[in-house]
Amino acid sequence: MPPESWIVFFEWCEATALGTAVRNSMYAFPLIEATHLVALCVMGGALIMVDLRLLGVGMTDQEAGKLARLVRPWLVGAIVVMLSTGVLLFLSEAIKCFYNTSFWVKMMTLPMALTFTFIVRDRQIMNGVPSRMRGRMLGSTSLVLWFVVAAAGRWIGYS
Amino acid sequence: MIQSFLEWLGSTHWSVTLVESYYVWPLVESTHVVTLALFVGTAIMMDLRLIGIAFPGVPASSFIDRLLPWTRVGFGVMVASGLLLFYSSPLRYYNNLFFRIKFAMLLIGGLNIWLFHSRIHKSIQTWDDALTPPRAARLAGIFSIALWTGVVFSGRLVAYNWFECDIQPQPEWVNWAAGCQVEEVAP
Repeated sequence: MPPESWIVFFEWCEATALGTAVRNSMYAFPLIEATHLVALCVMGGALIMVDLRLLGVGMTDQEAGKLARLVRPWLVGAIVVMLSTGVLLFLSEAIKCFYNTSFWVKMMTLPMALTFTFIVRDRQIMNGVPSRMRGRMLGSTSLVLWFVVAAAGRWIGYS
Repeated sequence: MIQSFLEWLGSTHWSVTLVESYYVWPLVESTHVVTLALFVGTAIMMDLRLIGIAFPGVPASSFIDRLLPWTRVGFGVMVASGLLLFYSSPLRYYNNLFFRIKFAMLLIGGLNIWLFHSRIHKSIQTWDDALTPPRAARLAGIFSIALWTGVVFSGRLVAYNWFECDIQPQPEWVNWAAGCQVEEVAP
């Protein structure tokens, strides 16, 4: 858990015009949430097809690096939607999030997952074919990291 | 008859245990949500290829033959976790407008898949490598993305009680569509 003094920032977030507007609307939160989920599908599909290939299953007739390059615009687009809808949801209930362990698990693992995907995984597979062992490591690490992000995200709503 | 059967189903020991459980119900629901990425996610990747707006140079059959088995795994998990969730409060979902919309779109989505595999897929050799697949395949891809998006949206909205039968008055069409049994109020 972060230092208690950070709460000031979270209170400010919750008081922003955007946060207030989402909170006061009956329909905004559910609709933004549903959009967040559709973007989750696109993002998840874009990640999983490459990760499965790295594990040696799925689209094994294609090179992982080629798949990663072709799926990149869809992955980035989905992440942009995820982040913008996610920020809106957060602003509307920032104080709740501050006291929510799942939220902090997600905030710790999300930067790790993003860094791993773009700086570790994709850089390695786009610059040549990784060894079978290395491919398996990259694919499984990616799946585990993103699984924790998604599961922690869902769990924010249960507390 | 359906009403009383579902009422009985919801009163069975395991149904009550499930809906009252502190961890199991959220775990089942989380599984249902996270598996979306596998099921709808891989389906959408294939749809993008069928529409012809993604993955140039990757044959459509690569998606259908190699990725689709994983989509099916995802579907199996979605159905199993979804049935458990339904079993936890059968009557509540049965009378939920969004649940009914979701179910209808699931059926149309199934029909779309069946049409694709029984007709368009048969001629795949002639368009497997084509950057832009034939019109029918593109339409199947567009319908698929639209329907699964609708399923995800209405699935998420099942949790909100905007049109709940218990909360009256509701517009007449809502009570009709959700199958609410509303007691007649004397004029």
